[in-house]
Amino acid sequence: MLKIRGLSKRFGQKAAVDDVTLDIPAGSFIGVIGRSGAGKSTLLRMINRLIDASDGSIQFGDVDVTRLKGQALRDWRSDCAMIFQQFNLVGRLDVLTNVLTGRLNHVPSWQALLKLWSADDKAIALAALDQFDMGQLAAQRTDSLSGGQQQRVAIARALVQEPKMILADEPIASLDPRNTRLVMDALLRINRHYGITVLCNLHSLELARGYCDRLIGMAAGKVVFDGLPGELTEDVARELYGLEAGDVMDDAAPPVLVPGMAPEIAQLIQA
Amino acid sequence: MASTVARLPDAQLEPLARAYKDALAAKQRQILIGIATLVVALFVAGYMAEVRIGEFLRHIDRFPTYIVRLFFLDTGASVFTDIGEWFWGWKHWLKLLVETMLIAYTGTFLGALAAFVLSFVISANLSRTAWLRISVKRFLEFCRTVPELVFALIFVVAFGLGPVPGVLAIAIHTMGALGKQFSEVVENIDMKPVEGITATGATWWETVRFAAVPQVLSNFASYALLRFEINVRGAAVMGFVGAGGIGQDLIEAIRKFYNSDVSAILILIIVAVMLIDLGTERLRHALLGKERS
Ligand SMILES: Nc1ncnc2c1ncn2[C@@H]1O[C@H](COP(=O)(O)OP(=O)(O)OP(=O)(O)O)[C@@H](O)[C@H]1O
Ligand SMILES: [Mg+2]
Repeated sequence: MLKIRGLSKRFGQKAAVDDVTLDIPAGSFIGVIGRSGAGKSTLLRMINRLIDASDGSIQFGDVDVTRLKGQALRDWRSDCAMIFQQFNLVGRLDVLTNVLTGRLNHVPSWQALLKLWSADDKAIALAALDQFDMGQLAAQRTDSLSGGQQQRVAIARALVQEPKMILADEPIASLDPRNTRLVMDALLRINRHYGITVLCNLHSLELARGYCDRLIGMAAGKVVFDGLPGELTEDVARELYGLEAGDVMDDAAPPVLVPGMAPEIAQLIQA
Repeated sequence: MASTVARLPDAQLEPLARAYKDALAAKQRQILIGIATLVVALFVAGYMAEVRIGEFLRHIDRFPTYIVRLFFLDTGASVFTDIGEWFWGWKHWLKLLVETMLIAYTGTFLGALAAFVLSFVISANLSRTAWLRISVKRFLEFCRTVPELVFALIFVVAFGLGPVPGVLAIAIHTMGALGKQFSEVVENIDMKPVEGITATGATWWETVRFAAVPQVLSNFASYALLRFEINVRGAAVMGFVGAGGIGQDLIEAIRKFYNSDVSAILILIIVAVMLIDLGTERLRHALLGKERS
């Protein structure tokens, strides 16, 4: 369970995240929604400690995440893997090496710096790639892949970190509909199979309703909605998105099952 | 004729045109002032440094006559009549030339290695410790400001004559110069991979290794090759202060008026430098070409 208490981040005068208090139970799939500039990315980055909070605390068990330093901080980062909108892979390295960078916190530094990966690490990385049908692409230069393929590599990198939680910052914002489904299904499978908590920023309400157990709505840095997808009424959506509401709502989506979702995933959800 | 731009009425046009003309005039004024300052500064500097144009012009003929004299043997015959006699010391000179190259190569290699490591420490986008960044930056600045020959002189005093002082002098200067150029390359990398690797729980050096190095390697190699070209020229004069290489024989020939030896050695140096320039240029283009594809 992750306990966020009174968390704020100010850039100069502007509060990007403003006094946010949340409990994130282990194993949940939570969507964070809200218009551009609401503070979604800033919230996720503070949890992974890519940026430091201005105020408040993040408690994991009896660890105060905001105070971690050195090896403890790196262990924490390894525990909550990030997935980014722009993938943030190293384009000039091959796919397998990119996945292996997810093991960096698990191997001795001198070995990593010389790229002396153990057979075990390579096997884990290949298995993670294969899980997303990317095993044959292991030797390709990463920037030669399509966006959807790159995001799957990024998810594989996150998985080999053996994380307790995955923080996904608009993971599908630069993908087409087919790849959107592949990536969201992958996240859902990770959540259901391994019980890894997923905290996912999404722009589309339809997707958020389809995949998440719980939605958190942010506006101007504050949490303005926290509840089940079904509870997100049109009024709340209007408050969250203002005039954009029409864009992101479209037609009402089925609450849990998304049309065209891979059958094995649908089964997982129903189970 | 139909026009897609409507002509403005004169009343409206006039102020715009006048503003443009004024702006231009101001710019021209600035350029004129700049040129005038430059000329004045030139004369002041010449006067202070006791550059006497008259003296220079009176003796200007000495320069070509010296050059011409370089091409006559002691016997008074033109060097072209007896190439064997002209390059009589070629075996010895080639050996010294090779030593010069080795000094340049080893110095460049050691300097580039140090610059490689330090450039990440001093780049604004990656550095985490401000005091370390600033102090290493100042240190590198010092290393590239002091001329190589000065370092070489100091090391000759410390370690004695020979190539070691030359190598050290070039390595230190190269570290300073390449450290700055490398860090500018690092400051232009895409930061998204850096974020991605940091977020996995990697250490700072691991992040550098996996997110930054792959982005800078070909540019680094290109700068290092360019520096090698420069260092071959630098190493050729190291011998002037006793720091090894062909410079030692060159300065001796100049001082003792072995005129044909001076021209022979100079020709050997020029040919060697040209060959190296050609070679490194092709290598660098290949590197950058690979980069683009
Ligand atoms: N490094 C920064 N410096 C200054 N202001 C920032 C910085 N990062 C974010 N902000 C500001 O903080 C606010 C929240 O930004 P954030 O990126 O968290 O929004 P978001 O909800 O993720 O939006 P989007 O959907 O566009 O990604 C924005 O107003 C943004 O301008
Ligand atoms: Mg964002």
